[in-house]
Amino acid sequence: MLLEANGIRKSYDGVKALISVSVELRAGEVHALVGENGAGKSTLIKVLTGAVQPDGGEIRLHDQLIEHNNPAKARDLGISAIYQQPALFPHLSVAENIAIANDGNKLWQKVDWPRRTAQATRLLQQIGARISPGALVSSLSMAEQQLVEIAKALAANASVLIMDEPTASLGQQDTGHLLRIVRELRARGAGILYISHRLEELFEIADRVTVLRDGNNAGTCEMAAVTSRELIRMMVGRELETLYPKLEIKPGKVALELRSVYCQRSKVKNVNLAVRSGEIVGLAGLVGSGRTQLAEALFGLETISHGSIYVDGSLVEIRSPRDATQAGLAYVPEDRRRHGVILEMPIRSNVTLASLDKLSKNGMLQKRAERDIAREFTERLHLKAPSIETPAKDLSGGNQQKVALARWLITKPRVLILDEPTQGIDVRAKSEIYHLIGALAEKGMAILLISSEMSEILALSDRIAVMSKGALVGIFDRQDASPDEILKLALGQNDSEVRGRN
Amino acid sequence: MKLRLQRAWPSLIALGILYIYLALAAPKFYAADNLRDLALANVAVLLVATGMTLVIVVGEIDISVGALFAVCSIICGTFAKLGVPTILWPLVALAAGGVLGATNGTLVSFVKAPSIVVTLATMVAWREALRWITNGAWIEGLPNTFQWFGLGQRTGEAVIVVSALLLFGVLWWASRNLFAVRAIYATGSDAEAARLAGIPTNQVVFWVFVAIGALTGIAALLNAVRFSDVPANSGINLELKAIAAVVVGGTPITGGRGDLVGTLIGVMLLGSIGPALIFLGVSPYWEKAIQGGIILAAVLVEAIGSWRGRRVEFA
Repeated sequence: MLLEANGIRKSYDGVKALISVSVELRAGEVHALVGENGAGKSTLIKVLTGAVQPDGGEIRLHDQLIEHNNPAKARDLGISAIYQQPALFPHLSVAENIAIANDGNKLWQKVDWPRRTAQATRLLQQIGARISPGALVSSLSMAEQQLVEIAKALAANASVLIMDEPTASLGQQDTGHLLRIVRELRARGAGILYISHRLEELFEIADRVTVLRDGNNAGTCEMAAVTSRELIRMMVGRELETLYPKLEIKPGKVALELRSVYCQRSKVKNVNLAVRSGEIVGLAGLVGSGRTQLAEALFGLETISHGSIYVDGSLVEIRSPRDATQAGLAYVPEDRRRHGVILEMPIRSNVTLASLDKLSKNGMLQKRAERDIAREFTERLHLKAPSIETPAKDLSGGNQQKVALARWLITKPRVLILDEPTQGIDVRAKSEIYHLIGALAEKGMAILLISSEMSEILALSDRIAVMSKGALVGIFDRQDASPDEILKLALGQNDSEVRGRN
Repeated sequence: MKLRLQRAWPSLIALGILYIYLALAAPKFYAADNLRDLALANVAVLLVATGMTLVIVVGEIDISVGALFAVCSIICGTFAKLGVPTILWPLVALAAGGVLGATNGTLVSFVKAPSIVVTLATMVAWREALRWITNGAWIEGLPNTFQWFGLGQRTGEAVIVVSALLLFGVLWWASRNLFAVRAIYATGSDAEAARLAGIPTNQVVFWVFVAIGALTGIAALLNAVRFSDVPANSGINLELKAIAAVVVGGTPITGGRGDLVGTLIGVMLLGSIGPALIFLGVSPYWEKAIQGGIILAAVLVEAIGSWRGRRVEFA
């Protein structure tokens, strides 16, 4: 056995994160680790990498007990971790980032720059990444940063590689590339512990799977021997009615209309799109296809250089988020930890942030009204938190996303733009958010849904618009859409032809 | 080795223009006496600003250096008066500065108090303690070996300037080539990533404060030996001069980036303004205003640079 963790226990301030968890990893396997948020996956990883000390249990590597684990020791033993958010130094070069972790014991020796550059070049080539070793990490895309993380792990001669949702912020193409690299590492005999909320991805890549639930093991089995339904049941502990509820809603009048919208800076070109009241329009496309930029343009975060926008049939001028909010638009951005919620602020202030003017009288915030509305929405969204004064940073990903949603629902928008609303959150919270989106559409809200998860976009949308290189290259009706067709359009293989009806 | 000046270019160009203009309009500026005075006057600021660069790169700030400077000056003078041999003075200065810096470092990195508040508190505390102990009295009647280390003015001046430049050179080399110093950049760039990479970030921050304290101690010694008495209230506004030089040298106040050569340029530019005005026949009252303008320009260059900076895609 390559790596064995037995009966790991860990509490934070009396809250039990891991009650007793065991997992074993063979050389040359991809072992999936799944569970809801709060099941203990992250804590288990932190214990394995030495970032936190367990209260009990033991870790064995090659049948040798690891004692007094810490990040430097784990790395020296060949255990490396790649996190969802790359843990890189933005202001340092790629080569320095790759080398730095291995130089900790050469504190007072001269740094060998040429050797570092050569090593970085070799490792990056090995994983097929076209990144210059001298580039600053802050200039790289998220996908490129993940590749640097992998090179870093290779530099440490990792025999155990722990990947915590490495694809959560990647688009389809980059995900494919990453999975290919994972397979190569496996073929070379590495053991890979792979965490992801994207079940389809796990079926594609994993050999075995261990399910965690509430800090305990819920089972380990061969990936080929389970269905996704069974996996979800193991994770949640009960049958989840339907992951993707789809309500039959009769769409009303056109609520949002874009006529030949161009944004010079972000290269969005000639977008024509109408979203009707009660309709969910999915916006599919690769990372960098302009989906987020279009959403930002609609919300006044990006300058529209040409074209017009109509809300409920009347022309609106959107130059700032304020204009957009007044026009009845709301935008829940992706990457909620950076843009969606303010981590240090309590739930109450977070959810009322976009509607402070409505909650104020003569410039004075009506504290009571603020509290009432915050309570109402936390209840309505089934937000799980000790109180409305809990800071957002103490919430799970799913609950943070609900806070971000609540902030905009309070403004009673006509049009809701959701950018990757379920990125990196667990199945139960996902299912709740899907139900919520359905309920909002039923009440007549027009919804524009950006998502990189194909199954999500196919299941929820009434129509699916595909973007590629800043242009809208096709629109499918729900019944005509298929993953292959969408991907083909998104990849730009049918550049000249605009398919579907507009 | 590549000279990676990053954002120090505008200041370097400004410095070049100033020096060329002086060569044409006031060639007397380049008289040996004047250059020597200029170098001597900026030795202390250079050393403190070097330490300040490290502090800012690691993501902290130290505004107590002026007070530390005063305390170290008095300590050096006291030891000299007690008859401690000259050769030990640098050690006294290093130790005094290092201990005072370690106080800041402990409070910031282990007690986890914000550095601006910690160093504000120690700034006031050391200054007031010094006033209480000395009653504002200067240290007078120092042995003949004190001024210019007893080497005579010419040699003494050379020793001061050369040792400061040597110290700066060693630190500059280390900042590029020693992992121990690269760890400062890593910690300032992303402390959590640094911790996960096995870098003891708390200790890095602690030792950076020790380093700026020790550098301030040396600066105080090199400054004190220029005179025959040690004033009780030296180093007023030194922290502001040092921070200004760092910023003008292109080190962003947000940490993680920065270069010591930039700081050298910053010190030279800000330090040359006053003498340049005198040689150009402009009222010296303009000095502060022009220095303020340069700092503002440096901040604007930084801000405009960040507008253009590529947005990281998170789609």
